[in-house]
Amino acid sequence: MLRITCPWCGERDYSEFRYGSDASKARPAHGTGDLKAWHDHVFLFDNPKGPHREYWQHVLGCRQWLVLERDTATNTPGAARSAREAAAKGGAGR
Amino acid sequence: MAKRYSALSLLRHALLPSSPWPRAWRSPAPKSSYDVVIIGGGGHGLATAYYLAANHGIKNVAVIERGYIGSGNVGRNTTIVRSNYMIGGNTKFFEFSLQLWEGLSHTLNFNVMLSQRGQIGLAHNPSQMDVLARKGNIMRLHGIDAELLDRGQVMKLLPYLDYSDAARFPVVGGIIQQRAGTVRHDAVAWGYARAASDLGVDIIENCEMTGFTMEQGKVTGIETTKGPIRAGKTAIAVAGHSSHVAAKAGLRLPVESHLLQAFVSEPIKPLIHHVVSFGAELFYISQSDKGGLVFGGHIDGFNNYTQRGQLPKIQTVAECAVSLIPAVSRLRLLRHWAGIMDMTPDGAPFICGTPIPNLYLDGGWCYQGFKAIPASGWTFAHTVAKGEAHELNRCFSLDRFEKGGELDDHGAGNWNYKQ
Repeated sequence: MLRITCPWCGERDYSEFRYGSDASKARPAHGTGDLKAWHDHVFLFDNPKGPHREYWQHVLGCRQWLVLERDTATNTPGAARSAREAAAKGGAGR
Repeated sequence: MAKRYSALSLLRHALLPSSPWPRAWRSPAPKSSYDVVIIGGGGHGLATAYYLAANHGIKNVAVIERGYIGSGNVGRNTTIVRSNYMIGGNTKFFEFSLQLWEGLSHTLNFNVMLSQRGQIGLAHNPSQMDVLARKGNIMRLHGIDAELLDRGQVMKLLPYLDYSDAARFPVVGGIIQQRAGTVRHDAVAWGYARAASDLGVDIIENCEMTGFTMEQGKVTGIETTKGPIRAGKTAIAVAGHSSHVAAKAGLRLPVESHLLQAFVSEPIKPLIHHVVSFGAELFYISQSDKGGLVFGGHIDGFNNYTQRGQLPKIQTVAECAVSLIPAVSRLRLLRHWAGIMDMTPDGAPFICGTPIPNLYLDGGWCYQGFKAIPASGWTFAHTVAKGEAHELNRCFSLDRFEKGGELDDHGAGNWNYKQ
């Protein structure tokens, strides 16, 4: 069973969480970018077989959004941190 | 050339066990060059190869398969075929597929064991009945069979469902497509492989594609573990790993790979005579010829390449089974397995060219890949042969998201698959 360590609630089964897509993509700033830039941001994925940074929401817990490192080839989870913190530090815009 | 299968050949081999059945398809070494190379020897790749040869006379074709024929998703599904789709694009495409299924054993001279036992979708409240009525009307306007069933008719056809006052989701009625049913999935792979091989297609098993060869931005062939192969045109049909393969050509796809589990119970006497789907959740069940109950539910909900299931989904699917059919509560689960599928943002597939010259894509089969095999092969072969879409796959293009052409059967993208 995939276990995710929520920074607020501790280690829980993944079934308490909901997956929220790729967190490595940076959203273009509002009012900038052409249609193609937005299309690429919304619809295209690297979808790697290996390490992946992704959003999860702890829907059955504190309801906070997290950024989790996980290996998609083995399901091995890495560290999870607050999505808010990750966004403040840049690189995980959304 | 493989000998044709017939009643007489069956009798001859039964009476003369000393003469073994010949291999169903040739096993050649790859040539240095082909008109078309197809990456992926699953149902879609083999069907495409067959129709390239049979419909378009393009016989200098190779199918490159990393494992062995039948080892991928074509042998890892719940074998259901149906054409009860509601929105434009899907409706005609899946009906064409079902029509091809109906003649497939004859076409391929291989018994794919099509069993048109009927598929029943259940409704659990009056508004679901309204949706089913609308869906049925749209299907009938396209010449596809559909009949609404009231509660009494469902009780007669499916007496084993929970009709008690305690049922969590009461059965209000349903809809049946009589022509829907199941197919022996291994036979589909073997049948297409044998028929394609007979027409001259080279099927190269245990050969992994490792990269593309490109000249001036055009794909000119592929690198494989059995050496380089040049190709006039290259077609990707790898399901689940589409973005992995496309990335080798520098192409990012609107695809995330997700995991779908299916289950088989221990065999029991005939109980479920149709394919039944539960309208209160995404759950579907049928009984195999061997007696096992075959069922499945939602995908696991996050991108994944592990081909291993997760326990919470087993629990959810088992809860659905027992809620719908209390009698199965003490059945043992014989096995469960997981396949990797390409999830697209709208839940519809791609059968199209790509921005890279000579490179074609058949992928993005979120949930409906198996039942689509014949029509997908037919239209993809057309697209590869002629360099343009067939009228039935024009809507399955890679640029539909830029152009506002999403094919959203649920009206919610792929979100309800992902829950």
